[in-house]
Amino acid sequence: MQPDHPLNDLLRKDRIPHIWCSGCGIGTIFSACLNAIKASEIDLSKVVMVSGIGCSGRGAGYINVDSFHTTHGRAIPFATGMKLANPSLHVIVFSGDGDLFAIGGNHFIHAARRNIELTVICVNNLNYGMTGGQAAATTPNRAKTTTTPLGNPESPFNLPLLAYASGATYVARWTMLHTRDLTNSIKEALQKKGFSFIEALCPCPVNYGRRNKLRPLDVFKAYQQKSIVKNGANPIEIDADSDKGIIVGKFIDTERPTYTEMYNKIYRSKG
Amino acid sequence: MEFWRKPLDADDIHITRGNVYVLDDRCKGCGYCIEFCPQKVLKASKGFNKKGYHYPEILKPKDCLNCHYCEIICPDFAIYSIAQVVAEKGSKNEVNK
Ligand code: SF4
Ligand code: SF4
Ligand code: SF4
Repeated sequence: MQPDHPLNDLLRKDRIPHIWCSGCGIGTIFSACLNAIKASEIDLSKVVMVSGIGCSGRGAGYINVDSFHTTHGRAIPFATGMKLANPSLHVIVFSGDGDLFAIGGNHFIHAARRNIELTVICVNNLNYGMTGGQAAATTPNRAKTTTTPLGNPESPFNLPLLAYASGATYVARWTMLHTRDLTNSIKEALQKKGFSFIEALCPCPVNYGRRNKLRPLDVFKAYQQKSIVKNGANPIEIDADSDKGIIVGKFIDTERPTYTEMYNKIYRSKG
Repeated sequence: MEFWRKPLDADDIHITRGNVYVLDDRCKGCGYCIEFCPQKVLKASKGFNKKGYHYPEILKPKDCLNCHYCEIICPDFAIYSIAQVVAEKGSKNEVNK
């Protein structure tokens, strides 16, 4: 008899196949996340996944632990409330670049500043995939999208730099092809206290790829040839540019008091 | 394996082996597993699955090294490898990790 898929116990099997397009990298990143949860050996009744709106936002609906699919951009405030109400939970936010950094951008910087104990995984597909491929806060300069048919005049956020500058204590970036490193990073982040941020670069063949003449295997070739692993690199120097090179690695891993620790010290200590 | 002369470190080198399985109807035909399998174990099927995709077929099952790369790169939870139990002469059954 054929054995079960090793991740079947973590999947809501009745909802598989998922909605992600053929060749979309979100599924691979989601699978890395499930493998990391498994490897961390955390009690599954203490793991919660929260996501916002968008293609990646569907993640919360496929994991077989407690999960919540919030309104657009509000994954982090929901997760913050959950963590403060029940500090024993491991709260994972799995969402996309549009949700976390455009409509939810303000929540992101403040959660990082306050050092709320969350593991935030951002699937960065460089555009708004679900709504038809509009330009996002992460779309590279000159890239074509439905709203920038001649090329994007804006410049994208450098997400790890933004996370670091806001106060995150763990910051990493990988591509979906570095799936083992990505899994390790998520595992480390889960076992760490404080605000952790992991950016996972991901091809969106159907919207972004099609308009920029990038077939998924071309994207992978670029990931293979252009990515440079630089653990500990200064976040100010980490380009994610297919010409200059895509710097990946674990950039920041530090400690500082978390929001809960500070709150308990100031407001809950007997004295 | 038969050796003409047994290599000095033959006992230290342990080649893992796996059985690879495909869940045809979960597959969306992206071909990543086929492209990235280091042993070229897989090829695209001529036939279609329920949703009309060409799922991978197992061309050379004996060559699978249980590296799990097809399993971790697949966006659709549609392929995975499981370690083979190897019975070695004079030793207990050993399971590859
Ligand atoms: S639109 Fe793009 S990001 Fe969304 S599921 Fe399809 S390929 Fe993936
Ligand atoms: S486990 Fe490795 S060798 Fe076996 S089929 Fe998958 S990718 Fe190929
Ligand atoms: S990687 Fe998965 S979805 Fe893609 S062809 Fe292989 S089995 Fe199918």
